[in-house]
Amino acid sequence: MTRWAMVADLRRCVGCQTCTASCKHANATPPGVQWRRVLDMEFGEYPDVQRAFVPVGCQHCDEPSCLDVCPTTATKKRADGIVTIDYDLCIGCAYCAVACPYQARYKTERATFAYGQASAHETQRRDDSRLAVATKCTFCVDRIDAGLAKGLTPGVDPEATPACVNACIAEAMTFGDLEDANSNVSRLLEANQHFRMHEELGNGPGFFYLWDRLEETKP
Amino acid sequence: MSFGPNPWHQQSWDGRAAANFMFGGAGSGLIVFAALAGGPTWLLLAGAALVGLGLLSVFSELGRPLRAMNVIRHPARSWMTREAMVAPVVFAAVALAWFTGPRAAWLSGLLAGAALAFVYCQARMLQAAKGIPAWREPLTVPLIVATGLTEGGGLWLLLASAAGPATVLPWVAFALALTARLALWLAWRRRLRAASRALAAIDRAGHAFKAATLLPLALAILAASSPLPPAALIALQVVAGALAAAGGLWFKFTLVTRGAYNQGFALSHLPVRGVRHI
Repeated sequence: MTRWAMVADLRRCVGCQTCTASCKHANATPPGVQWRRVLDMEFGEYPDVQRAFVPVGCQHCDEPSCLDVCPTTATKKRADGIVTIDYDLCIGCAYCAVACPYQARYKTERATFAYGQASAHETQRRDDSRLAVATKCTFCVDRIDAGLAKGLTPGVDPEATPACVNACIAEAMTFGDLEDANSNVSRLLEANQHFRMHEELGNGPGFFYLWDRLEETKP
Repeated sequence: MSFGPNPWHQQSWDGRAAANFMFGGAGSGLIVFAALAGGPTWLLLAGAALVGLGLLSVFSELGRPLRAMNVIRHPARSWMTREAMVAPVVFAAVALAWFTGPRAAWLSGLLAGAALAFVYCQARMLQAAKGIPAWREPLTVPLIVATGLTEGGGLWLLLASAAGPATVLPWVAFALALTARLALWLAWRRRLRAASRALAAIDRAGHAFKAATLLPLALAILAASSPLPPAALIALQVVAGALAAAGGLWFKFTLVTRGAYNQGFALSHLPVRGVRHI
């Protein structure tokens, strides 16, 4: 079996938002819609302060609450863990948006463009099937499937890897198969301390955050 | 340890979605009371009209209304689907009661059961929305059901006053429902302590909600326990009924709109960077 997952190394992310830009480029999302976001978080009080850049988006959960609530079965979960939306079934009730604890879902009522009028690029990439329905990060599922069909390895071969991971300048984001003990993500999780966001809710996110080395590996 | 930006208000559901819970709950409660306590059949119609108004309101919020029938595709897991499937049963039972005249016991049972199922589906719908801490709290389910019953009971008292004073039994049922609503609200509110922003918004409406529960409760106890002239009883019905219904509607509007803060993002650990001193 395969379980696609994302690993974000919080020590490496510099908050450059290149992943956000590459996601928008790859998926042609409208203004205000960021399937891949990077949060800029500040903690503590002067002089004891710290800053963290945190990539977020759909966590492709093991038990997605969006899947349970969806009245139309537009939201589905594939055997490889990727949560998908069938835009032709979705009625745009936004129930999934309030059910998602990760604020990963968007609903855009009408076509909007970066500078008022549609640019040539926006006209070319326009997809009205995504209007007034729920949308979210797909883990670039089309790239994964096309890559697999060519015998490529998602997370290793760029052509089969999500755009945000390809674009990351700091190698802070890694994509791979959680079920494969030798995959890049499995090795990272084995060598580092990590957590998943809002673990207590029981969704089982497929998005892991690295925050420190494991004690055994410290010098 | 938890870090992260403050929760913010959900932007997906507005007053139209709130209206579904407000009118749906009140209409269901009215049908339950009209089915079990009696009264003119048009009370059932009024309840069904409220349920329909709520559904129409939420229909207007759909991004793709022409596909609305897709809502019934997921009965196995979605409470929204179940709500949509129970609604026709409610309407059919009310239509049956309207056309068949004096109600048989089985029909009263069907009416009350279908209406209760509808408001229960609504309560579970809210509770299944895991992204909103104030909704996902398990006590939300009995609280929404109890609120719907008190709204319905209040509307029943208010509207049935046109036909004369109510007997003791509906007053007792109304008082019990109000007691449950108050107790559940207090317990539910205590469990929301971690969701401070939601709690602040809920508390802003809380005084009105408590007043609109306690006062009708006092009036119900007075009406059920004291021999009052019919005119006074009718006045009590109007005031208690209107207050209980208004309080419940205001609470649900607040819960679905103003109290609907998400959880925000949180890190259980901060990244460890730089030179480590061991």
